[in-house]
Amino acid sequence: MSRPAHRRPEYHKINKDLFVLTYGALVAQLCKDYEKDEDVNKYLDKMGYGIGTRLVEDFLARSCVRRCHSYSEITDIIAQVAFKMYLGITPSVTCNNPSRTEFSLILDKNPLVEFVEELPAGRSSLCYCNLLCGIIRGALEMVHLAADVTFLQDTLKGDRVTEIGITFLKKLDEKKYRRKK
Amino acid sequence: MPLHTKKPRSPTSVSPGGSPGAILLGQTCLHQGPGQKTSLSVLEGMGFRVGQALGERLPQETLAFREELDVLKFLCKDLWVAVFQKQMDSLRTNHQGTYVLQDNSFPLLIRMASGPQYLEEAPKFLAFTCGLLRGTLSTLGIKSLVTASVASLPTCKFQVVIQKT
Repeated sequence: MSRPAHRRPEYHKINKDLFVLTYGALVAQLCKDYEKDEDVNKYLDKMGYGIGTRLVEDFLARSCVRRCHSYSEITDIIAQVAFKMYLGITPSVTCNNPSRTEFSLILDKNPLVEFVEELPAGRSSLCYCNLLCGIIRGALEMVHLAADVTFLQDTLKGDRVTEIGITFLKKLDEKKYRRKK
Repeated sequence: MPLHTKKPRSPTSVSPGGSPGAILLGQTCLHQGPGQKTSLSVLEGMGFRVGQALGERLPQETLAFREELDVLKFLCKDLWVAVFQKQMDSLRTNHQGTYVLQDNSFPLLIRMASGPQYLEEAPKFLAFTCGLLRGTLSTLGIKSLVTASVASLPTCKFQVVIQKT
């Protein structure tokens, strides 16, 4: 049986400036709505979660990824396929524990912060890109994987790189990916 | 609350595959604020801010317009192509400061429905874009009021009324 031809559907691209500026306007609006950084971070995570649960379907449809056999494979796919597809960057992946359930995505370039020089005054705990954590968490949950996703380092807070930590919480489901009902 | 911005660089580039993310981003924006009216003005305000910033990143020569009509044509062609990868389908004016810009297949509505379905929800998806137009006009030195109307998805009309100072 021959492999079906890999169709590349014509998918819509977006103006990068528009995307980045809109994200910035969103964060600025949330800063107006919520006084505490933790609340803004929480809301960004929540919104990201909502996006991730839907985005994963688009991702699986467009990327034709195979079934994964390890958390390490999954993290590689997030970095090399998903990030590339949606943000045009490929973070590097490191594994943080011997049991291979904790990983980091290291972003030396982050398009979302292109127009941001520094965090606004009085917003030192703001996780500007927290939407990304929610997206990853929501997407993983839709394929039956629970994970904690947080920022471990942030260039906007003075760190050299931006680092997203993914900690897988449950055993990998042995069955194939299936839609959450 | 201003976010510090870097100096604008040269022409914008297109990032791959950002569209579903952006549309979903727009959808989640809807969960803001109590009541439709406040949400719409919040969205319009965000669009205004983005429109201003986009306007600032335009190549300098486009800013030397002869007439008001040239600015509107610029919105219909250059801005719309930069943002939505298509031109506005028609531009009409009464030559007295009111312009109607019509898009027959507005990208933010096209995935929703075809026809009269979801007419009630459509304004939420247009508020941001109205602000975007108003913001870009503002950067080009023009004060305006921008509203949108939809009779049948995905066709929509943006009405731009120039405010004389």
